Amino acid sequence: MFDDLRDLYQEVILDHGRKPRNFRRLEDATRTARGDNPLCGDRIELFVKLGEGERIDDVAFQGRGCAISTASASLMTETVRGKLPAEAEALAAQFRDLAMTGTCPHCDAALADEMERLSPLSGVHEFPSRVKCATLAWHTLHAALAGTKEASSE
Amino acid sequence: MDGMNPRYDVTRIREDFPILGQVVRGKKLVFLDSGASAQKPRQVIATMTRCMEEAYANVHRGAYRLSETATEAHEAARAAVARFINAADAREIVFTRNSTEAINLVALSHGRGVLKAGDAVLISEMEHHANIVPWQMLRDAHGVELRILCVTDAGEIDLEDYATKLRDGRVKLVAVTHMSNVLGTVTPAAQITRMAHEAGALVLFDGSQAAVHRAVDVQAIDADFYVFTGHKLYGPTGIGVLWARLPLLEAMPPVYGGGDMIASVTLERSTWAEVPAKHEAGTPAIIEAVGLHAAIDYVNAIGMPALEAHERALTEHAMARLSTIEGLTILGRAQDRGGVFAFALDNAHAHDLSTLLDRVGIAVRAGRHCAEPLHTRFGVEAGTCRASFGLYTTLEEIDFLADALVEARKFFTPKEAARVR
Repeated sequence: MFDDLRDLYQEVILDHGRKPRNFRRLEDATRTARGDNPLCGDRIELFVKLGEGERIDDVAFQGRGCAISTASASLMTETVRGKLPAEAEALAAQFRDLAMTGTCPHCDAALADEMERLSPLSGVHEFPSRVKCATLAWHTLHAALAGTKEASSE
Repeated sequence: MDGMNPRYDVTRIREDFPILGQVVRGKKLVFLDSGASAQKPRQVIATMTRCMEEAYANVHRGAYRLSETATEAHEAARAAVARFINAADAREIVFTRNSTEAINLVALSHGRGVLKAGDAVLISEMEHHANIVPWQMLRDAHGVELRILCVTDAGEIDLEDYATKLRDGRVKLVAVTHMSNVLGTVTPAAQITRMAHEAGALVLFDGSQAAVHRAVDVQAIDADFYVFTGHKLYGPTGIGVLWARLPLLEAMPPVYGGGDMIASVTLERSTWAEVPAKHEAGTPAIIEAVGLHAAIDYVNAIGMPALEAHERALTEHAMARLSTIEGLTILGRAQDRGGVFAFALDNAHAHDLSTLLDRVGIAVRAGRHCAEPLHTRFGVEAGTCRASFGLYTTLEEIDFLADALVEARKFFTPKEAARVR
């Protein structure tokens, strides 16, 4: 009945949605932010630990959300670890393009591997009401790195 | 079609609703979100168009024929609303934008003008935000106490708790739903008013859902205030109703000032018009009032008893089908309930589920349906999906929903687990 939705709900998304990676508190986080989608009740709390040379040493999250927002947050934590904040911000901008249009024509070749890992989420661009589910974690990461503490995907 | 009234010709009724013929992503539309807003029959659409093409001018102003015609149509709508809920007098009908504005009007006017600091307002745990937030605002601005009436695990008003909360006599207004927009619970209106009146409190009913699904008689239930909205009753958006007993409306100070609500104006001071005009400042929603009148005529032509019987059949069928689905939780098990079902699957978030259902043409609402505290009360903070029925809903549509839910659960079941089973 729902076979044509396997593009949106690829196995990797369902897997990360059910068993999110880095789903925990970081007691020694140096940056935190909360992301809220008041319309649907999705909520995430993001923890970032910046270490030597301001690199992202560790990143984790907690919260509740749909399969897409949980999988997106989980995949995000895996792709931004070890990055400089500027690199993570560049990745965030490219991911937003991917989520909204399904492609990223101006993507930086240096981030090609990371974008490949995030590509299972590109299917959301066909579901305008679900794009915000995929981008909530990235808005929250931006808030954490910019020190604004709160993000909303509205 | 077991359980269905053979004289209720739902196929013919559906032909009145142009939108129901629509195809969504290649699939026939199965519209199960009437509780949020209902679809409109041709009769309403045509009446509003005719009003604009043939009989439109501002009301209560012009001494020319067209304005008189428009005024008559507007006031005929008021009379139709009065008959629809068996109000004693058409002057007891105040037109608002929607139920939300009607409740806010009571909170701002009766709340600030009649209630005193130290009085208490009692609302229930199963209210729509529209019947929570205005009272919180009144509490913060005016110093009344806001009390919360508990709901049982079945999703009914806890009458013991109700008696307890009324006991000290400080509650001066009870504001509760007549039918929950999440649980479908129809509340025991007459009992609620009797207990409130004995304790010296007035009662406001949020009838946004009830007025669509049940015959409402404000005198029989001895209500003091009753609000509902046009767009859920197959009428247009932008028109709602506040009914209140005449002496209450007369005692209430106006909230909005402007044209139409005055008796006389000088640059120093003004005096107010009689009710209901006193509470209807500015040009009203004329076309929408005419549309609401057409919607009421439409519902009356089918007949409220027939409509209720149809809905009971749908509700029983839905309860029978949905309660057998493995992993599906239905919120609330009230004895007296209408065609609103909020449910959650054990392995799918409400938004993922609604995306799946949308794929096969089924429109349900996902989230917390403007009733966040109620979702917290039932431990489903993440939200639910809600299917709500209208007079055009069919048993086949409910079967299709049930089949889709079974498939959706399979879709979200991990492959390995599915194999083991």
